[in-house]
Amino acid sequence: MDTATPAVTVALHDGEAVVASSSQVDARRHGELLLPAVDRVLKEAGLTLDAVTGLVVGVGPGPYTGLRVGLVTAAAFSSALAVPVHGLCTLDGLAYASGIDEPFAVATDARRKEVYWARYDDSRTRVGDAAVDRPADIAERLAGLPVVGAGARLYPDAFPDARDPGHQSAAALAGLAAERLAAGGEGFLDPLPMYLRRPDAQVPKNYKVVTPK
Amino acid sequence: MAADEPLVLGIETSCDETGVGIVHGTTLLADAVASSVDTHARFGGVVPEIASRAHLEAMVPTIERALKTAGISAKDLDGIAVTAGPGLAGALLVGVSAAKAYAYALGKPLYGVNHLASHICVDQLEHGKLPEPTMALLVSGGHSSLLLSADITSDVRPLGATIDDAAGEAFDKIARVLDLGFPGGPVIDRLAREGDPAAIAFPRGLSGSRDPAYDFSFSGLKTAVARWIEAKRAAGEDVPVRDVAASFQEAVVDVLTRKAVRACKDEGVDHLMIGGGVAANSRLRALAEERCERAGIRLRVPRPGLCTDNGAMVAALGSEMVARNRPASDLELSADSSLPVTDPHVPGASHGHAHDHDHVHEVSKENLYP
Ligand SMILES: [Zn+2]
Repeated sequence: MDTATPAVTVALHDGEAVVASSSQVDARRHGELLLPAVDRVLKEAGLTLDAVTGLVVGVGPGPYTGLRVGLVTAAAFSSALAVPVHGLCTLDGLAYASGIDEPFAVATDARRKEVYWARYDDSRTRVGDAAVDRPADIAERLAGLPVVGAGARLYPDAFPDARDPGHQSAAALAGLAAERLAAGGEGFLDPLPMYLRRPDAQVPKNYKVVTPK
Repeated sequence: MAADEPLVLGIETSCDETGVGIVHGTTLLADAVASSVDTHARFGGVVPEIASRAHLEAMVPTIERALKTAGISAKDLDGIAVTAGPGLAGALLVGVSAAKAYAYALGKPLYGVNHLASHICVDQLEHGKLPEPTMALLVSGGHSSLLLSADITSDVRPLGATIDDAAGEAFDKIARVLDLGFPGGPVIDRLAREGDPAAIAFPRGLSGSRDPAYDFSFSGLKTAVARWIEAKRAAGEDVPVRDVAASFQEAVVDVLTRKAVRACKDEGVDHLMIGGGVAANSRLRALAEERCERAGIRLRVPRPGLCTDNGAMVAALGSEMVARNRPASDLELSADSSLPVTDPHVPGASHGHAHDHDHVHEVSKENLYP
């Protein structure tokens, strides 16, 4: 599962291949869409959730509200079914899906005129940690590199060589996870949110206003 | 499963408390709470993003703690209830997502319920089944309303509400002006006990004969108190903090109890329930007791721990939903930051629930990407 980007994406993987998957791009309805998508994917595979032996969740970086939907869902599934949950960097899923075999970068939309980004040596190998920056501030460092993800398309001036895919897919994330599990289970993150930004510490006027009209 | 005593887990994340309660009918088995209030204190109010982050961290551990305290397995549950609204959108979403995931993983019915109706229903855990109808006065940092409920699972009618600030907000604001910290309720209550409630005649909002009978207004009071304090300071005089606290508090609880008792009399209701965080205020309790007794009204106020936001109240309402065979919510259930009080729960689409307000609009008001 991954809800760190505008895509609400779910896939079921049997260790060798993706059995079923669902991806919907709707930045404002992660909460509504995720569980029905899980249900659809399992039904398509003719299975129920208790057949699942492990969970993989994209931990971001991503805008906070949507990101939390996937993380808390994975944590709740894990607790209810007593199966492990593995975290993967959301950008790693996009990198894996790109299949690019030379140095490149991944950039997703971080809103506020910024992108979440990371560099890769190839589709399986991230170089360093993910970060959040203004496109113009990193354009020079990434000059000449292909850039995968919606962040690249949003800022063509900074990232002229935009590549597919634009959106995250859980199928790719599951594929990457299956490879790592088969190789001994290294390379996972704790299933905790990667926010990369401090919260806005602003108390809105009329905070907590839940008064019925 | 005993149809009349359902075993239900309730999740509440509408503001800064991550609450998980488990009830068996009207018996409370567990009430686990993790609060982020201390983190908000230095900002003088609840910061939504900080609350949401804290909910995510605390959610599953709090559920596991509640199950352990109750000594039950999640498999034994008859249903899972969650606050669907009203509240902070991002905060609600954490609880709703967790509830949906548990319900789906365990194959249990899901009930998205109304936070305000839950505040009323929690009293069943303390004083047994609610009389029908019940008059409820809900007062907290987020709500100040008078509600009349003939059936807490299906019929809640708003009689009046604050037209500006919630009562609890006024406590926070005055505490800030007096440099007493956040939240303001408990400290003002404590200081007021040593002060004279009649020392300063602060205004009683919306109490004129032509004002709406059941609506509240605390904004004018807030300003009047702040001005009074500033005038003292400007004159170089000491501010009599205890007298200010007592007089301010008296102005708030005087209006609240007067209007609540009047609503009971007008509607011929002989029970008054008081809930919400401000219901923990000792003077509100005392004055309500005094006035209800004089009017022949039975007062029901849950213990303070059940008045503030908690998961037990959500479980209590969920249990009532199961007992009364109300239709469950579906997997599309969304957090609704402005869920109307007239919707005690959010039944699934297959049950012909007509949304009386535009969800897309409500959702788009809130920037989901802060
Ligand atoms: Zn409340």
